[in-house]
Amino acid sequence: MAALGRMYSSRREMDEHVFHPAISLLVPLVAVFAGAYLPKLAPWLMILDLPLVVVIFFAVARRSPISGVMTGALVGVLQDLLLNQPIGINGMVKAVVGYVAASISLRVDVDALATRVVMNFSFCLLQSLMLLVIYQWLLRDANVQTRWLHELLRAGVNTVVAIPLFFLLDYAKQRA
Amino acid sequence: MDGFFARYRNALVLIAVLVVFTIGLAVQVRRPDYGSREDGKHVRVFRYWAVALVSPFERLFRATGQGIRGIWHNYIDLRDVRRQNEQLKNDLNRMRLYQAAMAEDARQGQRLQALLEFKQQYIAKTVAAQVIGTSGSEQSRVLYIDKGIADGLKADMAVITPDGIVGKLRDVFQHSAQVLLISDTTSGAGVVLETTRIRGVLRGTTDGRLRILDVLPDSRIKPGEPVLTSGGDQVFPRGLKAGVVESIGQDRNYALVTVKPTANLARLEEVLVVMEKGAVAPEQVAATENEPETGARGEHLPQLEPETPDEAVKNAKEAPLPRPTPAVRQDTYSPGATPSAATLTPGARHDNAAPAPSTEAGGDQH
Repeated sequence: MAALGRMYSSRREMDEHVFHPAISLLVPLVAVFAGAYLPKLAPWLMILDLPLVVVIFFAVARRSPISGVMTGALVGVLQDLLLNQPIGINGMVKAVVGYVAASISLRVDVDALATRVVMNFSFCLLQSLMLLVIYQWLLRDANVQTRWLHELLRAGVNTVVAIPLFFLLDYAKQRA
Repeated sequence: MDGFFARYRNALVLIAVLVVFTIGLAVQVRRPDYGSREDGKHVRVFRYWAVALVSPFERLFRATGQGIRGIWHNYIDLRDVRRQNEQLKNDLNRMRLYQAAMAEDARQGQRLQALLEFKQQYIAKTVAAQVIGTSGSEQSRVLYIDKGIADGLKADMAVITPDGIVGKLRDVFQHSAQVLLISDTTSGAGVVLETTRIRGVLRGTTDGRLRILDVLPDSRIKPGEPVLTSGGDQVFPRGLKAGVVESIGQDRNYALVTVKPTANLARLEEVLVVMEKGAVAPEQVAATENEPETGARGEHLPQLEPETPDEAVKNAKEAPLPRPTPAVRQDTYSPGATPSAATLTPGARHDNAAPAPSTEAGGDQH
């Protein structure tokens, strides 16, 4: 209805969404909190990366690379603060994911189910790859070994969780 | 120029953010004690804010879950309690007999240790804490507990359970603390293999397993061998259970000893933080045997009074032989109920003769 009451100059502009400030604040916080609390109930849930899913969702919904970078950086830093590692690792990775996701959303219909599946799976793997690069090349951490089968499984599980979560969060979208 | 910035605005913002993060990482990693425990002052403040933001929700969820579990376990799910109670009573009776034998062995061991002037670090005081959250990532294996500076906790204190060691405190905040698990890659504990007495450093791997480093290949190391803390790291008291050897491999010149932790690191609810360790002679422990017993929920283990070695040896000699706890209800298993061996006649039948504990005392076997 909002689209009818306003003139849009492009398809891109029409597809841009905004969120209520409370949603923009609470959803990432809940994702970080759930990520820290759920593994206590079931240790295998450690494989989930809800903050990543949330960053991808907000980046593609807002269709703004700058917004994607900022969302990714803030969520990543919040995640880093709870870990035993230097602050900024997840901030860097998620900023890049947010940027790439928002850039892709300008060219591709990211609301289609198939696109969402491919996108979530790919960004999970991209995150694993970037983490490996940061640990091995930037931090020179010799202990880090990437288990690619595990990373594929992680990408699959996160994609399965992301799809219903995306549909749920779609209800919070408002036309820009 | 304005056109350039307008055209590449998005990419420039990304590059600026990445540069800021890279500089931030470089500053943090440059610290000489990086990876051990302390963050820089400002980083620590940020971490404190994050924990302060998340931990109230974790406490709330934990308390709610505990309440629901309490109602279920204490009021609803009591079907097998009577049968379990009977079984436990039988087990307790059997244990009383076993305890008497063990106490005598312990006294003998203490006397021998006193002769050798053996000294060892004992856990003098612990604080029980509840686990309220995790790191939420496989990148680092840490836990959050609900005790902090206000409860007397400090960085580098050992965290244990009755099953085995858990880790050590890394960042300690006012009312919470971060526990670095022994399965984290930056963690380390001095250990010794129980039977072969081979020493090494226990470290975590990226997949969350434990491995003993710098051990030369030795055919005596077998799977199933217990791994104990050696006390050499100045964090964990000596002799605590760390794990059991799971498998042995070889990597160049060293053995790859994989260890399975005895504490269930994935499902920890309560832990004990070792507040004080005492370098005391073991006979002093005998003097504290009448103090309240400390379980996983206890506030502290028996306090050890400082004593000179001479007094300790004297006390050890004068200390009475530990006796089993008196039975609530006298029965055939209670100490003193069995007639003296001097009154028995070989081959004769005695109604009061106590049966062997391993067979008769277990009422559930009938």
